[in-house]
Amino acid sequence: MRHTLAVLVENKPGVLARVSGLFSRRGYNIESLAVGMTENPLISRMTIVVEGDDRVLLQVTSQLSKLIDVISISDLPPSESVDRGLALIKVAADTGTRADIMQIAGIFRAKIIDIGAETLVIEVTGDKGKIRAIENMLGRFGIKEVVRTGRVALHRGTKTVGEEYK
Amino acid sequence: MTDTPISGAKALINCLKNEGVDTIFGYPGGVLLPLYDELYDSDINHILVRHEQAGAHAADGYARATGKVGVCLATSGPGATNLVTGIANAYMDSVPIVAITGQVPTPMIGNDAFQEADITGITLPITKHNYLVRDVNDLPWVVKEAFYIASTGRPGPVLIDLPKDITTDEFEFTYPKNTYLRGYHPDVGIDEDAVKRAAAMILDSECPVIYAGGGAIISDSSSELLRLAETIQAPVTTTLLGIGAFPQSNPLSLRMLGMHGTKYANYAVQESDLLIAIGARFDDRVTGKIDAFAPCAKVIHIDTDPAEIGKNVRVDLPIIGDAKTILQSLNSHLQKMQTMSGAWLGKIDAWKKEHPLSYVQSDEVIKPQYVIQEIYKACPDAIIVTEVGQNQMWAAQYFQFENPRTFITSGGLGTMGYGFPAAIGAKVGCPDRTVIDIAGDGSFQMTSQELATASKSKIKVIVAILNNSYLGMVRQWQELFFSERYSYTDISQSVDFVKLAEAYNLIGIRAEKPSEVPSAISEALSADRTVIIDFVIDPMENVFPMVPAGAAINEILEPGAVA
Ligand SMILES: Cc1ncc(C[n+]2csc(CCOP(=O)(O)OP(=O)(O)O)c2C)c(N)n1
Ligand SMILES: [Mg+2]
Repeated sequence: MRHTLAVLVENKPGVLARVSGLFSRRGYNIESLAVGMTENPLISRMTIVVEGDDRVLLQVTSQLSKLIDVISISDLPPSESVDRGLALIKVAADTGTRADIMQIAGIFRAKIIDIGAETLVIEVTGDKGKIRAIENMLGRFGIKEVVRTGRVALHRGTKTVGEEYK
Repeated sequence: MTDTPISGAKALINCLKNEGVDTIFGYPGGVLLPLYDELYDSDINHILVRHEQAGAHAADGYARATGKVGVCLATSGPGATNLVTGIANAYMDSVPIVAITGQVPTPMIGNDAFQEADITGITLPITKHNYLVRDVNDLPWVVKEAFYIASTGRPGPVLIDLPKDITTDEFEFTYPKNTYLRGYHPDVGIDEDAVKRAAAMILDSECPVIYAGGGAIISDSSSELLRLAETIQAPVTTTLLGIGAFPQSNPLSLRMLGMHGTKYANYAVQESDLLIAIGARFDDRVTGKIDAFAPCAKVIHIDTDPAEIGKNVRVDLPIIGDAKTILQSLNSHLQKMQTMSGAWLGKIDAWKKEHPLSYVQSDEVIKPQYVIQEIYKACPDAIIVTEVGQNQMWAAQYFQFENPRTFITSGGLGTMGYGFPAAIGAKVGCPDRTVIDIAGDGSFQMTSQELATASKSKIKVIVAILNNSYLGMVRQWQELFFSERYSYTDISQSVDFVKLAEAYNLIGIRAEKPSEVPSAISEALSADRTVIIDFVIDPMENVFPMVPAGAAINEILEPGAVA
């Protein structure tokens, strides 16, 4: 099973190394990791997507909790949360294919953010499925380069994480 | 407290005094010069070790013997990296130490400066937490937090890396009264409902066994443990690190379980219907083949570290928190309980009679087990420290431990060379106690340079070398599992330990016959300085009982067995 964890950490040097080091030495797989400052500049938020059964999840969360710089950990179940990742895709494009590509981008609500003589750069935001789908569609034109962010996630509705630390 | 600016070095000493530190085990170096200059005038007792690894082990032995935080100090680069084994050792056994390392000045960090090592990076996986101090104003709260983190919850080593310029920068020093750590809450309180359920499970059980680990000692739960065992009439086995948590003279004691545990402890665990684990972590040296461990038992797991729950075995009822508080509450629910039926204890007594620990005594050659028994006879209230290997197991098996903090050993990491410096640390922490390092001839050579520390700083310990001329524990496995092919484990005739002691102006005694054992011990006890006793023992003696690695803990090898 895949779990999305929202982890609040102290915004201090070395915290990312503590967290990623823990995952690697205990043999847990990180599928995606994104980190950034929260509304409180002293606190950063990591969104970590991990693969594993409930036992692994319990181990991951209890080991993570032991890190002094980890403030809180919340599991965001897919049904109660929204998550997004972003990808930039550089695709081969000439006058013959440009219109087709722009039409595909439109359907995915992706943006064209650069046009060159032989390429287009497309920015697409969405969950994993959507990003994979547009990649598949663009594949036949020739994808030159893809860069992806880690996924970020929030609870739906009024619920937030780490309320007491804000 | 002062308003006139003082240097970071002076401030550090003030911080340490505020934390009640009386002793530091350290070794100087370039970046530590300003700090050592302050130490020169300070009333903190600095013990100059002869290798930083020994400094960490001494701080560890001091901590285990006293229950206080041990402190070690090393310079940047090689000094810091020399601490690594000692820090890892303390981490594995949850020992509260604070390791302070010098670092190159902050502007040079990251430039591969002379004697720079990224010690916070290196020790990330072997410390409970670590700090690189980048601003002298941070120093007081860093030290405050370091001691708090090291000593609370599940204790462990904390490292403070101190760049040289931080020690000379001046600032207005005040020591904080409290720590504020958003992400660290060691005293969570206990779940009373879980405690009640535990009481009910105990009431339901017919064959309970209490399995106590190092956590029972760290949490100072011995009297609560004794009361629990006596109230419910449950036998108690301990891990290697749990030795001393429960008096081995008590009829309910099963002594140690696991790979070299007693047969009756292992049998009792395997047939139990309820296992009450207290501050123990189901290590593979305890459980053997995990799927076959305590197959009929429900498991109650009392531990301060939630990450230990369910890590190795399925747990029916976890109770998180301080073991002492939990046991006090549990005992209050059990007060009026009737005692268990005698059938279970009867069965255990039969196992004890049938399978006592045993060895074949000899008139010709010294048996190591006999040496341990004689040491016990001569000095039953000694603090026993061990090296690693057969010596460690014989000490665990043949001494009789009655009190916590009297058996000090490297369990989780199994660090050869731990014992002697840890014994020095224990002696410094408990100067009125007799401290004896039960040593192997191999292990002792890993930190024997500390004879200089013992000599110069006048610290008296007894090093009882069970000299079998082998890396004995490895040789035993070679005998049993590798067709007696003794590949690189013969260390005979390489050192004269008596002369070695004398070279350091200490005392060396050799005992070659069983009849010489008691007098060697009494001579060592009455000596005015550190003594090495070189007990020349039967080189082929093995540690039994033995559960081969990966076997179920009731699949026990006997003397003479070849797998
Ligand atoms: C630092 C270190 N290196 C290697 C080992 C592996 N090892 C475990 S026991 C042992 C032999 C110990 O020999 P000795 O100290 O003479 O003790 P004996 O078993 O003979 O009593 C070895 C090499 C270890 N535990 N620690
Ligand atoms: Mg040996």
